[in-house]
Amino acid sequence: MSLSLLLFIFTLAAFLGYELIKKVPSQLHTPLMSGSNAISGITVVGALLAVRADSGSWALALGLCALVFATINVVGGYLVTDRMLAMFRRKGGSK
Amino acid sequence: MSADWVNLAYIVASILFVLGIKMLGSADTARRGNRLSACGMLLAIVVTLLDSGLSYGWIAGGLILGGSIGAFAARRVQMTAMPEMVALFNGFGGLASLLVGSVEFIKLSGNGSLVSWAFEVPQSFTLSVIALAVFIGGITFTGSLLAYGKLSGVTASRAVLLPGQRYFNAGLLALLVVAALGLVVGSVLGLSVSWVWIAFGVLLTGALLLGVLAVLPIGGGDMPVVIALLNSCSGLAAAAAGFVILNNVLIVAGCLVGCSGLILTIIMCKAMNRSLANVLFSGFGSADQGAATGVEGEMKAASTEDAYYVLEAASSVVIIPGYGMAVAQAQHAVKELTDILEAKGCEVRYAIHPVAGRMPGHMNVLLAEADVPYEQLAEMDSVNPIMPTVDVAIVIGANDVVNPAALNDPASPIYGMPIIRAHEAKTVFALKRGQGAGFSGLLNELYFLEKTRMLYGDAKTTVSELVGQFKS
Repeated sequence: MSLSLLLFIFTLAAFLGYELIKKVPSQLHTPLMSGSNAISGITVVGALLAVRADSGSWALALGLCALVFATINVVGGYLVTDRMLAMFRRKGGSK
Repeated sequence: MSADWVNLAYIVASILFVLGIKMLGSADTARRGNRLSACGMLLAIVVTLLDSGLSYGWIAGGLILGGSIGAFAARRVQMTAMPEMVALFNGFGGLASLLVGSVEFIKLSGNGSLVSWAFEVPQSFTLSVIALAVFIGGITFTGSLLAYGKLSGVTASRAVLLPGQRYFNAGLLALLVVAALGLVVGSVLGLSVSWVWIAFGVLLTGALLLGVLAVLPIGGGDMPVVIALLNSCSGLAAAAAGFVILNNVLIVAGCLVGCSGLILTIIMCKAMNRSLANVLFSGFGSADQGAATGVEGEMKAASTEDAYYVLEAASSVVIIPGYGMAVAQAQHAVKELTDILEAKGCEVRYAIHPVAGRMPGHMNVLLAEADVPYEQLAEMDSVNPIMPTVDVAIVIGANDVVNPAALNDPASPIYGMPIIRAHEAKTVFALKRGQGAGFSGLLNELYFLEKTRMLYGDAKTTVSELVGQFKS
């Protein structure tokens, strides 16, 4: 994939992100933050690709560390957001 | 599976992230949105696993280890400890991006020389995005760790501004720029690989150091800004790592997060009427700043019994929670009190300032945990117009966000900050542990008003006593 294409994607994603998030009500700021935090764990993909035997033991070890930390970020981030959002249900009906 | 199919799957994953974030914007769809984005992540991971030459044994081990630590932490964490948990996860994400960048650097320079470049992009570009991933990832990692320390009470949460620290930081930043340049153009200039390695080492160490130094002068009350900004950084670090390995899903997802964090940061700054630079560099709330202006009058204490009689007669009550409610874990007691008030026909609302607490939306999470209906939570702008009609405003552990000086004292450091106009209510009760000043180091004029009564003591105990009065 050519470099200019990737930069193109980056720029569009930035504007998309801006449009998506500017309307979020302040009540939901914490789940938004922890949910997007989990998404930033996407670097797990980079970590996975780094865990290969042919790149030397140092690269393997560092890649493995990256994998563990990124997975903590992803799994923990999504679960904690889900836990929070479970409490955000509208409770009007249950009263 | 061919690269085309993998990229196609990455596009689907990106779509799921975008939809997920969009659905996080409304309370009705937020939970499904989060799950949708988790599905996107799962898809991205599964597709990546199909790449050839991966060491599956190690990968399985890493996924299981990281997954169980993450799941354990997410399950066990108290809702009051949410800010530090988010900070910690954030830091791990930054560290992972840093490590991904480092691995690519090692691969690039592994056999004693910078190996010739096989991809379609110039080698200097790859080296510069490696530098970015290491720089941003490093700052995110140690910055988040210190934020975690400050939020969880492991380290002191006040702002610490070391003598000459601004100059030192500026110098360090300059050094890092030089190191990054050395890394990028070093081999072009004919420097040996060991020099390039030294540049890399300086960049790595310096970024880690800078993360600590950048968060050190920021006090507890400004943490909402810091967490949002670090969140943004972790996304940008992931995007930089995406440019290193030329992976579009990393770029898209990282960029989305970078944007969302940045917007939250701006919202938080606006809610304090301060610039980002002021939050980051001024050492607001550190010892040398707390020049409190003299306030005339005295604070008048009241007993919970006095408060009970006033509340008994009230027909509308606004509760203004702050960090003090989180510290005292008073949210369940507060909910109980509002239930009693509502049962006798009183209208109760919660007025929530955007920067109340230690992270964006902190109060909303706590009150949601205590089963407070979403509809009772009012934003500052919707509650301020009706404040003059409110019988009783109960301030629970909030301080600067209700300080009228922000409206009427141009000399005050918080002048211009939007506040919840508690002082316009007919009566104000302020629950407070002691007579001390707020985070900004300012005395609060609100506490000296004729209509204000102070209820000293632990917020949870005080509210429970009030509940007891109603029940007896």
